[in-house]
Amino acid sequence: MPDVMEPQTADPVRVDEPLERRSRRLAAVAFVRGAALLPVLVVVLIIGAAVSPVFFTTSNLAGVGQQISALGVVVVGESLIIMVGGMDLSLESTFGLAPMVAAWLMVPVAAYGAGTMWGPVLGILVLLGVGAIVGLINGVMIVKARLNGFIFTLAMTIILAGIQDGMVNGQSLFDLPSAFSYVGAAYVGKVPVSLLVTVAIFIAVGLFLRYHRVGREIYAVGGNREAARAAGIRVDRIRIGVYVAGGVLAAIGGLMEAGRVSSVASTQGYQEGIIFNVFAAAVIGGVSLRGGRGSMLGAACGVVLLGLVQNILDLGNVSNYWIEAIDGGVILLALMMARVVGGEVTAE
Amino acid sequence: MSAQTDPVVQAIGVSKQFGSTQALLGVDTALRSGRCLGLVGRNGAGKSTLVSILCGLLAPDAGEVRFDGEPAPPLSDISAWRSRIATVFQHSMVVPQLTVAENLFLGDLPRSRGIVDWRDMHAQARQVLREWDFNVAPDVECATLTVEQRQIVEIAGALVRGMRIVLLDEPTAALERDGARRLFERVRALVASGVAVLYISHHLEEVFEICHDVVVLRDGEVVLTAPTPALTEDQLVSAMVGDVEVPGRTAQAASPGSRRPRETSSEERLVVSDVVAKSTRGSVRGASLVVHAGERVGVTGLLGAGVATLARVIVGAHGYQAGTITLDGRSLPPERPDVALAAGIGYIPEDRWLEGFVGLLGVSENMTMSIARRLGGRLGILTPSARTHAARPLAEQLSLVSRGLGQPVAELSGGNQQKVTVARALASRPKLIIAITPTRGVDVASKELLLSALADITSATGASLLLASDEFGDLKLCDRVIVLVRGQVFTEFTEPPYDTEELIAATEGLVPAGRE
Repeated sequence: MPDVMEPQTADPVRVDEPLERRSRRLAAVAFVRGAALLPVLVVVLIIGAAVSPVFFTTSNLAGVGQQISALGVVVVGESLIIMVGGMDLSLESTFGLAPMVAAWLMVPVAAYGAGTMWGPVLGILVLLGVGAIVGLINGVMIVKARLNGFIFTLAMTIILAGIQDGMVNGQSLFDLPSAFSYVGAAYVGKVPVSLLVTVAIFIAVGLFLRYHRVGREIYAVGGNREAARAAGIRVDRIRIGVYVAGGVLAAIGGLMEAGRVSSVASTQGYQEGIIFNVFAAAVIGGVSLRGGRGSMLGAACGVVLLGLVQNILDLGNVSNYWIEAIDGGVILLALMMARVVGGEVTAE
Repeated sequence: MSAQTDPVVQAIGVSKQFGSTQALLGVDTALRSGRCLGLVGRNGAGKSTLVSILCGLLAPDAGEVRFDGEPAPPLSDISAWRSRIATVFQHSMVVPQLTVAENLFLGDLPRSRGIVDWRDMHAQARQVLREWDFNVAPDVECATLTVEQRQIVEIAGALVRGMRIVLLDEPTAALERDGARRLFERVRALVASGVAVLYISHHLEEVFEICHDVVVLRDGEVVLTAPTPALTEDQLVSAMVGDVEVPGRTAQAASPGSRRPRETSSEERLVVSDVVAKSTRGSVRGASLVVHAGERVGVTGLLGAGVATLARVIVGAHGYQAGTITLDGRSLPPERPDVALAAGIGYIPEDRWLEGFVGLLGVSENMTMSIARRLGGRLGILTPSARTHAARPLAEQLSLVSRGLGQPVAELSGGNQQKVTVARALASRPKLIIAITPTRGVDVASKELLLSALADITSATGASLLLASDEFGDLKLCDRVIVLVRGQVFTEFTEPPYDTEELIAATEGLVPAGRE
């Protein structure tokens, strides 16, 4: 194809002109693109206020915050994987399996547990371990054995969900230790702990992506794998690493969800189909499925948008039978608005 | 003006602006039946924009395109454009998964009653291929063809559709010498049969060889239109470059002679012993060579002789099955570019789009990618200002033109992208720079600038240089030149200036006269 960018050379501006201001302006532009959804969010907030007087109450918004926290953590994990140029469908199964394994080792046999009666600290370590191991398997099989990531993680999704179901004969596990439920259930004042943790994770990962060498390497590998390799970046490590990080984050999301509903259901994750919302939030938030592009600010906006829309549909007493259709329609609308507001960079 | 003298395609006062950049300004040019017109200009002069306008991919802001004196069809009528003018781009546009015959008739497959008539299509394709003296079966998948063969399929396909205007955009960029020669013969035959050809090239000797006329673009304006025989190469270059001072040219003219005697150390820096590496682009079959400290060594050979493969093996971009490679006594394992980089190798890849930069990321980030570990320190914290600080001297040294060091590299012109790639290699202050055809696709002036930058840097830092290139012009930089034939070291030239004919003979595996 002809290089239509070529005329840029004729631009008379040279590097020796005041650089700092220009770089700062470019950075500001990048920030605005990352937050392309903000105007959409404002519109949604206005609609929410119009639909129900309950919408703008602290308790309602705190509830929304708690509901989207678990999803948000998984979106962070999936965004990292997408940014490096991969995809992982099995995060939704890790979201269910990791807390299930932990709960199974903690609750008594009478409550369908294994009978080991492990403590909550050990339980949380097991939960994180399950996430890491699943991520490692995905990463190694996709990166080293070079299997197709879509099909491999699809198969993993079904296998893991099957294990989650099979190990407890389709039961739900209750009576979780309170320390295990703390992250998902507790409040500090009027703010749910899960929301605080999720916000902290978004900020930490966002800063990591922006200012840490490995974070920058994620963008480099996602943007051009061969160029990254030629620049001395350990591409395989980065790629496997994000799958492991994604697995761990999905497990943390599962921990929050288990705490919120005070149980681990055999349907948690896969049978709720959360992966569609995970992908929707990331992509609406400007994370490119082609890799190399995306921000935590954008992804967070995507998560908040989906959560608010869900909440407005609930408050507006929309018939249960119609919620899904409207939900899907809103996702499409948000995608199109983000495309219009975000400009050319959001084009696929 | 009678109908017969109307040019087959004509640009009249064509202007085009991108943002604040005037890409073309009042360009007039015309292609005539049975003539080959050369289009030359530096990177960024507007060649690609003009081609895009002539083949209907872009609309001009002002001015118009005429075919046989008639106004051009609207841009939306793609098929009308495609029935008039064929463009063969630098990068092959054949569909690799389809057969030769399907590509020849793409868009209008021979049909009977709406169903593809394979028998008829193959018969017609065989006829076309015979006319081209092109010995390949019509049912072969294009993926298995060489670059040259794919080009033939593209050009032949254009003529099958009855087009009388062909635009060739750097058609020899991916061809070896013989392929280029055959292409020239075919282009001459085309022109003789009455087709109008627009030939875009950075290689001025090609323009002199096959173009009847030449038009020179500079900063979006036509600065010269003349019959080729009336011009000298110097006149053409000065028209392209204009008044701009080209620092490389004078320095280059003086080197390497003025720099002799260069300090040559007996210290062995890079030692390659009996390396065997399989590659579809030319295997290496037991090659050995030594590069001494501060030495500049050229490696050349035909396409497929393993020149690029050998260089890629050393930098770790390609694996090897046998042999050893050491840098200052440190062993370099296969497929570990990170180890090669840490050991002190700076890599300037052949295909900058593939390996040279991350288009979405900014100039400074790309330039410092090779030193991110050092910049980040133990905690790995990288700030944009640290990157800018490290990148600025390099950007200035290479006269990089950008809207700021944060501008994504994908938005830069080809020549500036190449500078980013070079800067990335130099940023780590390498002990050995490995460059593979660094001047490919770079205009004359930038080419000299790049070569002189490489010469200056190796002189200033004492770095060694291994220059793998099939462009003989690049090799004048080197203290010696090693010629590979079929993956093995065939011979070595130790005394510049190197005689092009001797080099050609050696790459063909012929022992030059007067040599052992």
